[in-house]
Amino acid sequence: MKKKSIGQFLSGSREASLVIVLVVLLIVVGVINPSFLSFTNIRQIFLNNTLTFIMALGMLCVMLTAGIDISITSTLAFAGMSIGMLQKYDVIHNTFLLFVIGALIGIVCGFLNGIIIAKGNVAPIICTMGFMYIWRGMAYVISNNNWASGMDVAGFSDFGKDGAPGPYIILIVAYVVFFVVMKWTRFGRRIYAVGSNTEAARVSGINVDRTLTSVYTIMGFLAGLSGVLSVSIYASAQPNMQYGKEMDVIAACVIGGVSMNGGRGSVAGTFLGALIIGIISKALPMVNIPNFWQNLIKGVIILAVVILNVVTQRTMDRQNLLRREM
Amino acid sequence: MKKKVLSVLLATTVVASLLAGCGSTAADTAAPAAEAAPAEEAAPAEEAAPAEEAATEEAAPADDAAASASGSTYALVTKSAGNPFMDRMATGFQEAVEDAGGTVVIQNPEAATPDAQISVIQSLISQGVNSIAVAGNDANALTAVLTEAEDAGIKVLTLDSDVAPDTRAVFCNQAGVDQIGETLMEAVYDLTGGEGDWAILSATSQATNQNAWIDAMKKLMESDSKYSKLNLVEVAYGDDEPQKSTDQTQALLQNYPDLKVICAPTTVGIAAAAKVLQDQKSTVKLTGLGLPSEMAEYIGDDDAHSCPYMFLWNPIDLGRLAGYTSVALVDGTITGAKGDKFTAGDLGDYTIEDIDGATQIILGPPFKFDPSNIDEWKEVY
Repeated sequence: MKKKSIGQFLSGSREASLVIVLVVLLIVVGVINPSFLSFTNIRQIFLNNTLTFIMALGMLCVMLTAGIDISITSTLAFAGMSIGMLQKYDVIHNTFLLFVIGALIGIVCGFLNGIIIAKGNVAPIICTMGFMYIWRGMAYVISNNNWASGMDVAGFSDFGKDGAPGPYIILIVAYVVFFVVMKWTRFGRRIYAVGSNTEAARVSGINVDRTLTSVYTIMGFLAGLSGVLSVSIYASAQPNMQYGKEMDVIAACVIGGVSMNGGRGSVAGTFLGALIIGIISKALPMVNIPNFWQNLIKGVIILAVVILNVVTQRTMDRQNLLRREM
Repeated sequence: MKKKVLSVLLATTVVASLLAGCGSTAADTAAPAAEAAPAEEAAPAEEAAPAEEAATEEAAPADDAAASASGSTYALVTKSAGNPFMDRMATGFQEAVEDAGGTVVIQNPEAATPDAQISVIQSLISQGVNSIAVAGNDANALTAVLTEAEDAGIKVLTLDSDVAPDTRAVFCNQAGVDQIGETLMEAVYDLTGGEGDWAILSATSQATNQNAWIDAMKKLMESDSKYSKLNLVEVAYGDDEPQKSTDQTQALLQNYPDLKVICAPTTVGIAAAAKVLQDQKSTVKLTGLGLPSEMAEYIGDDDAHSCPYMFLWNPIDLGRLAGYTSVALVDGTITGAKGDKFTAGDLGDYTIEDIDGATQIILGPPFKFDPSNIDEWKEVY
């Protein structure tokens, strides 16, 4: 095998181009505000964006099957509000049990999405849009105009306290598990197969419906888990929590090179995408950009990275084609 | 076997759609539904009501409307659903109006936006209510719809957050803007020891009342030499989102190492900031406006607590004041002009004042919550 030049290496992999974007971002922000590169700050980037990181893994699976799930933050709110209320009314205070309940709620929500999309042949965006309203509505109903706050979730919130290891452990475990599953297991490869060519996958004996259902169930599970984490990290459960944040999750995937058409995307790319989103939201207030400009700049950065992605992808395809011709 | 699986799946789907129907009806009661049922009641605060109850509640109060002695209907439009402060305010409003023998309609828009309020107000106009009390989500965006309401003979008043003065009769103010500015400045002065850096963590950059309080504080710093050694380094906006408020608080701590005090005049912001400061064991102190139940964890005099004391008013009393004001406006006791006097039940006598061209009724000075009384108040709201 020929040794590649650095130029070829950089234009030859989407992940590499993301790493460059990341380094440039870090340098720019670091020069403007050196305290950005402090350990505490880097740690907080992961903590404040744990939810985006974790849900991006589920969204990766969903998008690999050419689907999308916009009900995730509603599922998150429903699960989070449920465990918040369980604590407010002193039903359950056991952290582990609360995680199990939140995750189970997420699994049920996700399974319903999956079964309707797979068996009912409903377009994913339509089906999940319905559930987006339903679960958000359920969160309002069970909240009954109350929030679970600091004193209600005392003890439980220690798990997600700034400096506590819990959220980081969950984050690392989730990424390791998904990395292995997506790369080296039959199940992981099936997801890619269904996404790149559904008919071919069906003909080759893959149970497409079952794969689709599991993918949305996994997404639901991660959303439920994130709901519990959110209550723990912010010591607060409100029915409108994380409203609109599903777009951050989708953006993280898209930046990470996950294709909306399915079949293309990786765990490493997703990680980098989520990290870029996290850095943007953490950095903008720190480089003294006026509040009114922050969303605008976020949008510009997202678009710029995605365009860079597309260009890299095209170069990559061309290089692959050339190699084949030789 | 395969058929069995399929039937199970079908059954699940049916259950799901049932659930869906149930969930969405209940959600609609909170949403700015275009055709809201008449005299729809907000769920009372006590217990977590199951979904069915919330759905069936719609029909019941309609009978009350017919039976009511006064025959008048008084509406309240809150800022948004799912907000305990607004919920307690609605409870007070209901108490006052029912005390006077009227019928109450409470509408909670789904989101804290002016457009959500507009559609709610439009449906109230078509229902022909006698008065509408609004906690405005925007100072100017509601002008057209409120003028439409007044043209239809409906008395319009505001509470909690005002709109343009010529589109409503009177504003029920929880506390005078200057009073709040003064109280908060005094707290900042006290906590900093009279000099040093401090910052404000606000809600959204266009929130009417937030900006009025912040302006009042800034004016006070310019005019009173007592505050000349205080240095306001930044006004950060957390958009009343816990995540963004957390990011903003952390940024404040990192950008200004000499920061002594953060003042957050918003309930979501102060709770998020309190958690950040307390988790990091920061020496920065916090004050502002917060809900006692949200803040009880963080209030204390020692270094382990981030907030020595904070302020707020009683949302139940504010709701009651608005309730009595609605009744007085509808029965003609007051017109909303400066100098009008009326009695607001056991709250006492109130006179309409004119402050900076806006007629308003001021509830009273803000109430201070500190370690000595927080345990008692955290159970209330």
